[in-house]
Amino acid sequence: MKKRLGVLMLALVLVVVSVAGCSTGSTSKEDEVTKVGFIYVGPADDGGWSQAHDNGRAKMVENMGGKVETIVKENVPEEKSAVISTIRDMVDQGCTIIFGTSYGFMDGMVEAAEEFPDVKFEHCSGYMTADNLGTYFGKIEEPRYLSGIVAGLTTKTNKIAYVAAMPIPEVIRGINAFALGVKSVNPAATVNVSWTNTWYDPTVEKAAAEALIQQGCDVTAQHQDSTATMEAAKEAGKLSIGYDLSAATTMPEVYMTAPLWDFSGYYTDAVQSVIDGTWKSQQYWGGMNDGIVLLDELTALAPGTAQGQVDTATEAIKSGQLNIFTGELKDQTGAVKVTAGSKMTDEALLSMDWFVDNVVGSLK
Amino acid sequence: MEFVFFLAAAVKAGTCLLYATLGEIISEKVGHLNLGVEGMMQMGAVVGFIAGFTFGNPYAAVLCAAIAGAAGALIYGFLTISLKANQVVTGLTLSIFGVGFAAFFGKNFVGKKVPEAITTFFAPIKLPVLGDIPYVGQIFFTQSIYVYFSYFLVIAIYIYLYKTKWGLNTRMVGENPVAADASGIPVDKYKYFNIALCGALCGLGGAFLSLVYISIYPVNVVSGRGWIAVALVIFAMWNPGKALLGAYFFGALDIASFWLQQYTLPVSIYLFTALPYLATVFVLIFTSMRKSSNKKEPAWLGKNYFKEDR
Repeated sequence: MKKRLGVLMLALVLVVVSVAGCSTGSTSKEDEVTKVGFIYVGPADDGGWSQAHDNGRAKMVENMGGKVETIVKENVPEEKSAVISTIRDMVDQGCTIIFGTSYGFMDGMVEAAEEFPDVKFEHCSGYMTADNLGTYFGKIEEPRYLSGIVAGLTTKTNKIAYVAAMPIPEVIRGINAFALGVKSVNPAATVNVSWTNTWYDPTVEKAAAEALIQQGCDVTAQHQDSTATMEAAKEAGKLSIGYDLSAATTMPEVYMTAPLWDFSGYYTDAVQSVIDGTWKSQQYWGGMNDGIVLLDELTALAPGTAQGQVDTATEAIKSGQLNIFTGELKDQTGAVKVTAGSKMTDEALLSMDWFVDNVVGSLK
Repeated sequence: MEFVFFLAAAVKAGTCLLYATLGEIISEKVGHLNLGVEGMMQMGAVVGFIAGFTFGNPYAAVLCAAIAGAAGALIYGFLTISLKANQVVTGLTLSIFGVGFAAFFGKNFVGKKVPEAITTFFAPIKLPVLGDIPYVGQIFFTQSIYVYFSYFLVIAIYIYLYKTKWGLNTRMVGENPVAADASGIPVDKYKYFNIALCGALCGLGGAFLSLVYISIYPVNVVSGRGWIAVALVIFAMWNPGKALLGAYFFGALDIASFWLQQYTLPVSIYLFTALPYLATVFVLIFTSMRKSSNKKEPAWLGKNYFKEDR
């Protein structure tokens, strides 16, 4: 009797489970929600890079109006195994497109793209592509050049601190663009670079910024994801150029402006193309004209003459009159790298490994 | 002038090491090698930050950090004193535990700012008279109150260890617990007390990082400094005064790469980021070559005391 009851119970359980399985299966098809994964290297509210992506994500969800659900994973280390396991997790949860937002995710994404050929992958700032893996990035050097104008007009000691993450072409290009912006208004000023070898570590970023400030820099700029550099400037009573996000409300004591990212348009277009079935792997590299990069409004702390000069340069860049990397450009040793009047090719820009002559710092 | 600024920054960078080194000296003096310094610093850092962030009160933050560090040390103490577990393994486990503890409880605080009330409380204060001494004043006496407290601790711990009865008993337990026990010293009580004190100091060292040194809470605030503190104990030959010198020396190495990047040097900047670890290796080599007995580790360091084996 007991045994028969047991069998009956088991059968009942099986029926219930299978019915439940069927019902969840059918509802998810009816909803037609596209699941989108986002992988961040830092916290989503880091006040910088990851938050810029997260803002773009939120705006995209708003634009898509209920057709999209996002799954976010923060603080993912730039290690292959961590990236792959994060992606597997996201695919398990039903993601059909996954955005990886840090350069170091590249190897992991390439491998995951092979493992999941039906899932679309988009990697920010990388160079490896596949049929289902595209890259996207923006010409942040354009607004960086503009922020250099502001810094060049602000500095009194003619030394500008630049706390920078890693000596890779993306960062070097940004520093050179910034330095050329400085040079365009203040040829006597130098841009003093300190490497931290980390994208996000407020402890290291602050120590690096403090060192530069005490060595005589009176304006700070940064290619880092936290606001630690600006915190150091605040403690020392200096002024700052931010990065990634506007710090006008969070760091009002020091913030003048910042080169900003706006990924909302790109994310909306990319997700829409997945829904429409028109998504194709591409290497996207947008500029100020596309709206993916921009310079924040200048605050009252910026020198009065800056607005006019920034406006003029903005117009010139947008109309194509001004190409930032136009010769004659010399490197730190004084050797001519770009001859007068000629422009650098995209290839040369993407593999840039030298500093222009008003940068102080080493690439070794 | 720039060099003076550099030295002042080195003192600041070395302060977290100083707290942890002083703590580990006390633990080793009582015969317990506690490799859990990194873990206890992490626990102090995260609990101190959470308390500071929640209450906005510097005293509460510092107190909670010390309690958290001591709690971590007492886990170690219970395992090694009462249960006679292997000290090295237990210490390593505590380190791993502390890092995980900090990652787990600190997760929701990553990227949060240290409250204004705490930043102002711990802002550098120039001491009257002492602060006006040229160079020395700028390096040592234009610092945070947290740094001044560490100067006081160096002296207090020196007096405790070498000028009081309790210190004498403590050292005796570390040198020869059999004799100490025979002469009526409560060995286990001394061990528990000093190990807890070590934990509290390590917790304070960690909280210095999360409350004073930084402005924004990061993922891994201690990032290996605990291990340097363990090596510093040997460098300092178990002497609080030398711990001060060692801590500032390693503090200087920690920040040297940022200061040297402005000069054209014939070597890679990556060498300077590796310097603290290289220096640790050399320190260990040279100290192991020392012969003098009063500069050696306590005789029973790392060995558990079984009363029944007496």
